[in-house]
Amino acid sequence: MEIILSIVLIFMIIGALFALHARDLLSALISCGIVGYGLVICFLLLKAPDLAIVQIVVETITLIIMIAVVLDSTRHELEKTAIEKKWKSLINSKALINVLITVIIGIVLLYSFRLAITHLNPFGEHILRMSEAYLYGGADKTGSANLVTGVLFDFRGYDTFGEATILFTAAIGVLTILRIKGRK
Amino acid sequence: MKGMSSIVKKITQLLSGMIFLYGIYIITHGHLTPGGGFAGGAIIAASLIILVLAFGGDELTVVKRKEGSSVTESLAILAFLLFASFALIIGTNIFFHNYLPEGIIGNLVSAGVIPLYNILVGIEVAAALFTIILAFIIYKEEISK
Repeated sequence: MEIILSIVLIFMIIGALFALHARDLLSALISCGIVGYGLVICFLLLKAPDLAIVQIVVETITLIIMIAVVLDSTRHELEKTAIEKKWKSLINSKALINVLITVIIGIVLLYSFRLAITHLNPFGEHILRMSEAYLYGGADKTGSANLVTGVLFDFRGYDTFGEATILFTAAIGVLTILRIKGRK
Repeated sequence: MKGMSSIVKKITQLLSGMIFLYGIYIITHGHLTPGGGFAGGAIIAASLIILVLAFGGDELTVVKRKEGSSVTESLAILAFLLFASFALIIGTNIFFHNYLPEGIIGNLVSAGVIPLYNILVGIEVAAALFTIILAFIIYKEEISK
């Protein structure tokens, strides 16, 4: 399973890199979609169908909206502007320092990652005692057959209420910013 | 915002109701099968969004819909808070206490208040997403005038 996960992750990285460097906005959006739907496959492989359903729906809605916006505006990205040319000269002058910093940070991160994973359990096994209490006693305590919903709305109900409030706040913020009447 | 061609309109008419029903199924079976309020609400919002995208802004009288969905969203989150704080009055003084009888695990009507929370969160998510989309569309209409 880890080999399949690695292949999907490599595809996601390629899609993200292509989205950064694509000249056509529509192809950049579609490669963004590769990242999102690759994440859906990862969730399904890791046995998290709840997350996979949410991710696939939200990804589809976001892609539909972004494609509608792109088709409605100018599709091609503007050609190289003055700022970009300035950035290019800066990069050329400081390229060596940038590469050095990147390599050093990468080595430090890899070393600390190797130190951190030596005491971990094998992939997919839970570590916390709390998760065992949820796994074996959750269904009896909440009466919900789907354990994820039981945790979300019973043990972590206050958390879920906060998430719903975040959506409410987002809607109010959009309504406040995008009004024309009453704003001068 | 203009609508799309008649083929897209017809297929959207046929599919939108089924997507809506699937969202309701995901919400109401949230305590039995994978899914729940957030996923089902997003599916319901998607079924409304494709209607708006296919038919354009003018035919659906978007402004009135925005008022309605905004009020629905606010009422849903208010009801969620009231259901949660109702547990403070009944029995034990615990916020988000599961005060209804739990029933048999696996039945459609079971798990106490969890299905009610699921339905309310589903309404909230669907209305919030739909409100955000409608706000964008109305802003574009008003800008282009």
